[in-house]
Amino acid sequence: MKGRIHSIDTFGTVDGPGIRFVLFMQGCALQCQFCHNPDTWDTGTGKVVTVEDILSEIEKYLPYYRRSGGGITVTGGEPTLQAGFVTQLFSECKRRWGLHTTLDSSGFCEPDHVKALMEVTDLVLLDLKQMNPEKHEMLTSRGNDRILKFAASLSEWNKPMWIRHVVIPGVTDDSNDLRALGAFVGGLQGVEKLELLAYHRMGVFKWQQLGREYPLDGVPTPTEQEMKRAYRFIEEGRAAVERERENIITCRDCGQASGQANTVKHWICEDCKVNEHTIAVKISSK
Amino acid sequence: MALKENEVMAQNSNRNAWRGFSSGVWKKDIDVKDFLDRNITSYLGDENFLAGPTEATTALWEQIQQLTKKEMDNGGVLDIDVNTISSITSHAPGYIDKAKEQVVGLQTDAPLKRSVQPFGGIKMVVDACEAYGFQLPQEIVKLFTDVRKTHNQGVFDAYTTEMRAARRAGIITGLPDAYGRGRIIGDYRRVALYGIDRLVAGKKEDLIQLEVDPMTEDVIRLREEISEQIRALQELKQMGAAYGYDLSNPANNAREAFQWLYFAYLGAIKEQNGAAMSIGRISSFLDVYIERDLLEGKLSEEQAQELMDHFVMKLRIVKFLRTPDYNELFSGDPTWVTESIGGMSLAGETRVTRSSFRILHTLYNLGPAPEPNLTVLWSVNLPEAFKEYCAKVSIETSSIQYENDDIMRPQFGDDYGIACCVSAMRIGKQMQFFGARANLGKALLYAINGGVDEKLGVQVGPAYAPITGDKLEYEEVAKKFDVMLEWLATLYMNTLNVIHYMHDKYAYERLEMALHDREILRTMACGIAGLSVVADSLSAIKYASVKPIRNEKGIVVDFVIEGEYPQYGNNDDRVDQIAVQITEAFMNKLRKHKTYRNALPTMSVLTITSNVVYGKKTGSTPDGRKAGEPFAPGANPMHGRDRMGALASLASVAKLPYSYCLDGISNTFSIIPKALGKEQGVRIRNMVSMLDGYAESTGHHLNVNVFDREHLMDAMEHPEKYPQLTIRVSGYAVNFTKLTREQQLDVINRTFHGAV
Repeated sequence: MKGRIHSIDTFGTVDGPGIRFVLFMQGCALQCQFCHNPDTWDTGTGKVVTVEDILSEIEKYLPYYRRSGGGITVTGGEPTLQAGFVTQLFSECKRRWGLHTTLDSSGFCEPDHVKALMEVTDLVLLDLKQMNPEKHEMLTSRGNDRILKFAASLSEWNKPMWIRHVVIPGVTDDSNDLRALGAFVGGLQGVEKLELLAYHRMGVFKWQQLGREYPLDGVPTPTEQEMKRAYRFIEEGRAAVERERENIITCRDCGQASGQANTVKHWICEDCKVNEHTIAVKISSK
Repeated sequence: MALKENEVMAQNSNRNAWRGFSSGVWKKDIDVKDFLDRNITSYLGDENFLAGPTEATTALWEQIQQLTKKEMDNGGVLDIDVNTISSITSHAPGYIDKAKEQVVGLQTDAPLKRSVQPFGGIKMVVDACEAYGFQLPQEIVKLFTDVRKTHNQGVFDAYTTEMRAARRAGIITGLPDAYGRGRIIGDYRRVALYGIDRLVAGKKEDLIQLEVDPMTEDVIRLREEISEQIRALQELKQMGAAYGYDLSNPANNAREAFQWLYFAYLGAIKEQNGAAMSIGRISSFLDVYIERDLLEGKLSEEQAQELMDHFVMKLRIVKFLRTPDYNELFSGDPTWVTESIGGMSLAGETRVTRSSFRILHTLYNLGPAPEPNLTVLWSVNLPEAFKEYCAKVSIETSSIQYENDDIMRPQFGDDYGIACCVSAMRIGKQMQFFGARANLGKALLYAINGGVDEKLGVQVGPAYAPITGDKLEYEEVAKKFDVMLEWLATLYMNTLNVIHYMHDKYAYERLEMALHDREILRTMACGIAGLSVVADSLSAIKYASVKPIRNEKGIVVDFVIEGEYPQYGNNDDRVDQIAVQITEAFMNKLRKHKTYRNALPTMSVLTITSNVVYGKKTGSTPDGRKAGEPFAPGANPMHGRDRMGALASLASVAKLPYSYCLDGISNTFSIIPKALGKEQGVRIRNMVSMLDGYAESTGHHLNVNVFDREHLMDAMEHPEKYPQLTIRVSGYAVNFTKLTREQQLDVINRTFHGAV
């Protein structure tokens, strides 16, 4: 199977655990104003390679990836646009070497479309760029409903996730949006990490090379304080959800049955009552 | 009878000084390796035992920093004693602050005061004095011009016309023909372990063994050298006595061991202004004494660290008088006090001791610094805790270089050290004739231009037929290049023979050689510069279309490249194998020639910082590099051409065969902190994995820098904010603010691994 790639980095250390082979796919359906790789958007350029081509590249560096607890990360561009290729690549990585696989995605895809891919993906790095749908469309050229739906599916499948959000002063750091982001993330299962990334301008030259006007011209990079502030709002949003969730009682035995604990401290599901077990109040992350 | 009494006393003193040590042949013969095999205490734990600086340490370092600042304000040299020719005994004792110093001894009577060492060449001394606003007395100039011949004068008496032309054109550069050759490691440990009397007795025995027939030139020379060695050892004893120490006998405790060893080294640097004055492999040796004192309850960890800190402080202020243009070649005033740390023994145990940690810990107690040139002998079998500590220190100080013990140990055993940057040698059993390097980039242009220098416009190489076509053909260029390399190897080896003949004659390293065995292995350490330029050039000619552009004289001065070509640094065999072939071919050519004193030819791929100067002297090359632009340092890929990430870049360099480059293959690796990982623990683990991987793939050397480009740019504009900013360049470290602006820019422009 063939795929269209932009480039390869043999030593990635920030897109998943350990040292990683990072494959940048060519082509993206979004056009984010802050994108630092706009040269990966066009679906018609890049280099056409086979899965086997990539596997033979990875093989050269396997000792590094294994030793460090790393693996392969496919990013882009948008890797899910070439889900078939990536699925086959990940399957082979697992079959041959048991390598850890990570998908770095904008989430702009249909969950059904990537179900097979998710079966061979160990970790998803998911960019949640903006919770407000209108602002999202302005920022990326598309709405965020598909993305949020994708996130919910991942949560449903209990897929390990690292959520990322780029803090752009005046663009993605409105306190309400950040609280909403926190609340949304707080409601997801499988989130191992929430990373706030500071917007940077290092990709601007690529826009110039492509002859495109840089839409965020004049927007500064966030200060350390602005980053802390953003983090605080997200935590607020998350904490609110947590508080709500504290009100939810779960039966320890069956784990699924639950009810609102507005008045009673102890609640036991009908099925488990017969066993007269102690009922625990599940307080997540306490 | 008196003699007998002395012998008995000496035996008693040895017995006491060697108390608690495991016996072996080392007691009978001079054999430090045997001593280490039997007495080293390997340490597998982590750094938690380390102690911070004592008050005395902090106070002394503060004084040195103030003096260093004064030195910089003064234009780079604080003071010169222009009236005294430096020798082992030339200067009265000097101190920083006598009451506070645990280890004493300076090159002159005051810290940072430089001495005059004219045996390598008087011109260099005159120029250096003048450059820094001092004047060398006429009588000294006269003495070393009319009365006492120097190495420099000897060399130029014998140089041929061709050698002079090659030197002027810069196809062979950096030759040690006007200064001390260096790169000889005296086994300074011997003075501590045996005391000088035992060493002298050994040398006297050698002289008796050399009462042979026939008295050939070799025997006569060796007899004279050994007699000089004995004299040097006796002078060393005098120097010690002036400081109030009797070096006749072995060191009795840790403090004496540090002191004896340092005095031996100090004697060597007072006598020789060698390009690289490396100290060997001393920290784990000294550890044996520390361990014994700790066991006897005579020393605390604080005191042990204090000894190490004070000793290292002395190594940091080693100073030589050199001209500014020498410093342009080897920037930042380096002395290459290289110390080799860690590694494994042949029996499979690690040579890592607590003192391996202690010497790295000086980078915290005293802050980062380029000297001593701390070199970790890396093995995948090193204790994990030590690996992680090294990675942490690298990330925080950028002051360590790594060399692959797993590929050196089979060649050099387990008691070798690194001289200068990457040159391994068995300590006390092997020395090298330092040969700087030949410029292969220029040789390629000579092949194209029929031996005419593209910059000078004159015939330097042999007048073979130049290439006249409008497009360079790979087969034709490769063939002509091969013939030109044959000429270059011949000329190069002959030039080195002249240099080292004269250096032995006029600037012999008496004390350093006194701390060697009688029979030693000598290597003729040749080197090459511009490997990546040549590999990429040939690749461009082979895989793209390269058209030469000629000037009015018909000399090719530029090239037009059409199409893409595989570039060295991306783990692409199409070009990497070209680099391998060139390396092997040139080494094989060097092997064809007769060498002075039957030295074994070796080769390095190392430029130090002269990649900038080499680039300046070399015209445009077929890879697209423009005239005057720097080469890549050492064996590095050219800046910005390694586009597949760090591992691909490392893999390309690791393909160069060490067996053809036994004098070392230098690779400088710079990475931004963020690109190593987000948290410190992750960064450390990733760096350890990287170093293990590089060692396993038989890479030889790696300089590791961890910093942001912005950080360096700020340091360039505001040097006062960064007095101790240390960065690793090819094979050594420098204080960034001491680099010339051109070199600073070169460092900043190099590939920093870490995509945005």
